[in-house]
Amino acid sequence: MGDASVIHCSVGPDVIDPGAVLSRVGSDEDGAALLFVGVVRNHADGRPVSGMRYDAYLEMAQKELGEIAREAAEQLRTDRVAVEHRTGELDIGEVSVAIAVSSPHRAQSFDAARYVIEEIKKRLPVWKKEHYMDGSDRWVGGVVPPGTGTATGGVTKARTST
Amino acid sequence: MPLSVNTLFFASYRELVGASVLSVELVEGATVGDLVKELRSRGAPFDALPEEPAIAVNQTYAMMDEPLGQGDEIAFIPPVAGG
Repeated sequence: MGDASVIHCSVGPDVIDPGAVLSRVGSDEDGAALLFVGVVRNHADGRPVSGMRYDAYLEMAQKELGEIAREAAEQLRTDRVAVEHRTGELDIGEVSVAIAVSSPHRAQSFDAARYVIEEIKKRLPVWKKEHYMDGSDRWVGGVVPPGTGTATGGVTKARTST
Repeated sequence: MPLSVNTLFFASYRELVGASVLSVELVEGATVGDLVKELRSRGAPFDALPEEPAIAVNQTYAMMDEPLGQGDEIAFIPPVAGG
């Protein structure tokens, strides 16, 4: 397996086609294929939301997403992993992230898809700004990535939004 | 010999600082923490950055005591919110 099992990884402004991401995984050895889709929703903390803007540190996000996918493939022994994360201005209902995995049995696929989305939320250098129906906007509170701050100081994990 | 690094600011930090790229000169042997201190000592708007922001050095997350090298790319990373 190793690197060959990470089929596809991308971060950028192109519209995500979840079916196309799903079609990148799967093989004759796989009895399970799973697709997770993250979508922009129309509310946050009780406020109506009109859209979302995603910013990324593109080069690093691409690299980090590749590492996350590789970890999922190697540690959780999935057969194939494909993941895309969108950037730019998104409308309600648009897909912000799609994760597809396949494996011989279902458990690895569920575990791997969950791993990829949770690690994205912890460490992918991506930020989102919510636009509200009243015309205001706000950067969504996030998570301080591990491996930063001071060893003693305790910046490890912090605020989480969703 | 002074050490020159390129700092990058993203999302809320970019808006706070009013720039996405800034070249900074430091003394040889400076660390990530020294860079943050140097910027914050410049006063507004830099003093509004956290004392210990998350930092990536050459696209890898780094601790505050990591030494910097000539031409390093240092990114100030606000709390991340992908997905």
